Amino acid sequence: MPGRPITGQLAEIAGPRKAQIFPSAEVVISLIKKASRPLFVIGSESINVATVDGKFVDTSIRLLRNPKMTLVATGHLVAEFKKRKENRVFSMQLMNLGDRLRDPIWGGFDGKGSYDLVIFTGFPYYLEWLVLSGLKSFAMELSTISLDRTYQPNATWSIGYMVEKEWKEEIEKIVKNLEESG
Amino acid sequence: MPDCDLCCLCTFGKCDLTGDKRGACGINMAGQQSRIVLIACCMGASTHTAHARHMLDHLIEEFGKDTPLDVAINTNVEAPNIRLVCGIRPKTLRDLEDALDYVETQLVQLLAATHTGQEGDNIDFESKAFHAGMLDHVAMEVADIEQIATLGMPKGVADTPTTDLGIGSLDSKKAVILCIGHNVLPSIDIIDYLMENDLFDEVEVGGICCTAHDNSRYNKRAKIIGPISWQLRFIRSGIPDLVVVDEQCLRTDIIEEAKKIGAPVIASSEKSMLGLPNRTNDDPANVVDDLVTGKVPGVLIINPRKVGEVAVKTVMKVHGNRKSFMPLTVEAISEQARKCRDCMECVRACPNNLPINDAVRAAANGDMEPLGAIYPLCVGCGRCESACPVGFSLISFFNKGAEKVIQNEKFPIRVGRGAITDVEIREVGSPIVFGEIPGLIAMVGCANFPAGGNEVAKISEEFLNRRFIVVASGCSAMNIAMTRDEEGLNLYQKFPGDFDAGGLVNVGSCVANSHISGAAIKIANIFAKRPLRGNYEEIADYIHNRVGAVGVAWGAMSQKAASIAAGCWRLGIPVVVGPHGAKYRRMLLGRKENVEDWKVFNARDGKEVYIGPVPEHLFYTAETMEEAIVMIAKLTMRPNDTNKGRAVKLSHYIDLHQKYYNTMPDDLNFFVRRLQDIPFTMRDEVTKALQEKDWVEDEIASPDPTLLDRMVRRRD
Repeated sequence: MPGRPITGQLAEIAGPRKAQIFPSAEVVISLIKKASRPLFVIGSESINVATVDGKFVDTSIRLLRNPKMTLVATGHLVAEFKKRKENRVFSMQLMNLGDRLRDPIWGGFDGKGSYDLVIFTGFPYYLEWLVLSGLKSFAMELSTISLDRTYQPNATWSIGYMVEKEWKEEIEKIVKNLEESG
Repeated sequence: MPDCDLCCLCTFGKCDLTGDKRGACGINMAGQQSRIVLIACCMGASTHTAHARHMLDHLIEEFGKDTPLDVAINTNVEAPNIRLVCGIRPKTLRDLEDALDYVETQLVQLLAATHTGQEGDNIDFESKAFHAGMLDHVAMEVADIEQIATLGMPKGVADTPTTDLGIGSLDSKKAVILCIGHNVLPSIDIIDYLMENDLFDEVEVGGICCTAHDNSRYNKRAKIIGPISWQLRFIRSGIPDLVVVDEQCLRTDIIEEAKKIGAPVIASSEKSMLGLPNRTNDDPANVVDDLVTGKVPGVLIINPRKVGEVAVKTVMKVHGNRKSFMPLTVEAISEQARKCRDCMECVRACPNNLPINDAVRAAANGDMEPLGAIYPLCVGCGRCESACPVGFSLISFFNKGAEKVIQNEKFPIRVGRGAITDVEIREVGSPIVFGEIPGLIAMVGCANFPAGGNEVAKISEEFLNRRFIVVASGCSAMNIAMTRDEEGLNLYQKFPGDFDAGGLVNVGSCVANSHISGAAIKIANIFAKRPLRGNYEEIADYIHNRVGAVGVAWGAMSQKAASIAAGCWRLGIPVVVGPHGAKYRRMLLGRKENVEDWKVFNARDGKEVYIGPVPEHLFYTAETMEEAIVMIAKLTMRPNDTNKGRAVKLSHYIDLHQKYYNTMPDDLNFFVRRLQDIPFTMRDEVTKALQEKDWVEDEIASPDPTLLDRMVRRRD
């Protein structure tokens, strides 16, 4: 920590308003803990992203030990959670989710209202870039975090670029803290 | 989903439009995104229109204005898009001029609306984008029916001849002419010259992109090399002795690439002159001499007949005498690979972030397999090479890694058949409209795939096995051919070419997409007897509410793909794109839970009724192939489905959801109208799912649906 402002694709450069890079894992943890309704959005690439637990899809399940955390799987990823006998993860396609996140009166998955912090990870780089871009301009009250291993300029906060080993360690630190504080 | 936060279209700018900011002209982010969409659709529609106009002028010169438009067997409604939009029934080539006059006039108006200080509202921009799409389908129809009518291409027959597709289909012992683009005229004259001079045994003609489709429709001895993404890889193979480019989707660095293998280039269109000298009026012998000796890297010849003569004479002299091309060896690649700086620029340049650096590192140790594994996933853009600070020819590396695969790249494909006949429409109209044929899936568009072209084949096969009608065109029709099963068969060998349940219909090149929209229009006209000429609103209302058609452009890349999709939206046909399609900047999404959004008039009594979210979206990006498959099945539902039809569609939606999501859908309460809609074999689990959602029978109506007040027949 901190990561570097290197985007996952060469031409996906930042616009005038760009994500801040987390200075440390503690800031990530603190922001997520402070949020009243955080939502973790787990993308289809999570099945290919290696972590200390195997893949990110495995690591993300640990977050559910914290009752404050809501997880939603996009694409067809929910099947991977089902394979792991995990039924607490919601499923919604990314386009449908993005459309609802920009709606301030959307009730969320539990009907209790919209989310104030949305954390993305596990997407094709450009797809996450675009969805975060949409939220930046059309859901201005919403804070977004990208936990992916490269800089996502359209998020409010991004973990930034890290080498794989370093990223795994940081993710482990974040997830461990969040699961234990549940 | 803005692809850029700025507007840089006028000298006030750049203007930052992020969030609630406005530009110097007053435009906001939503308006700007839709403005760019309109510009893209105008580009796409203009490209097809210019293509159609160029061919029409030429064909009228060659065949005369009074050439009849005999374009499909067993068919009276031979130009449904033109009739619907322009209100005329074209009978001869002359009549097509009127259609293009209308399209050209409208396109100028639309493009003018994008000027600074004109249109500002995003919805009005979107409406205009739809208009551009509608015009595009007219232009495509003109382009395809004029070539069918004059060039002897198949006229709607199901069992068209089969040709070979793939790099391995070419006999590289012969002289090889590579034709790239979309405008078939120069290629036709190459083929004619070969036929007239009995030279087909000495010269191979292979095509890339839509010219390849149309070459094969003209003469099945012409080979299809592959989709748009095969340009660099095929040139780097060193096989082509001559490159002929016409227009659209060409690599603009084709001269530099051809130089690397010592192949001259002939450009044949004013729209893509590539900086080459215009030799149209020169003596062909002199032009051939200059190309063969390498005095010039290429020439521009704006005369198809002369292209034919010069191309054949040149290629026969160039073949066997090219000295500048030395294919890379494994040893050479390994040696180069050891110089890799591991900077990751190649991975970051790759649209799909393919693990190129890992593959290069393996090659440094003599392991070429990872390079070969990149090959089927690569979209052939060459951005990795452009980014590489060491200057590796990475596309050539991938080719070498996949050398054996490439040699075996030979697949049969039925050549494009053109229109769907009236007789076929009569036979399938009823089962489609009532939902018993569960859907019409159109696999169209370019080859910018997120994970290789085999996904297009997988999507197609999933629906073919379920007895949907699958139609295909352009690069997607090619990619469908390139996947074999364990027995070595591809989908063209396993499924018939009939426009019927379980049929796989290759309509042809991208201008043949007009036959797909045309089929939907003809269902309304022929089966339902709705008036056609100038009756767009009613026909689109019919299609949207009754015809379970879904467009799929899994590798959509171009502005043409945008305008083709826009033409589908205007007809009420939803379109699903792959994840790169999100770069079209916005989606057209419904919110299924908003009851008020899903009401129509019941034409029987004039009452406004709730019909559920069918179809839920008009334009949708899927993150994964599996998500796309499930969404496609869902988007085939229409309010007019009979109980039996809805049950069939629901059975596919539920079964696919269970297969790919490993769960029951959680939104069945929006789609089951009454108990008879429930698939019989799924009764228990569906009933349970409905009970959990407090579903009430008949809250969702089954009206005679229309969005048009004027279509109400009687008011109670």
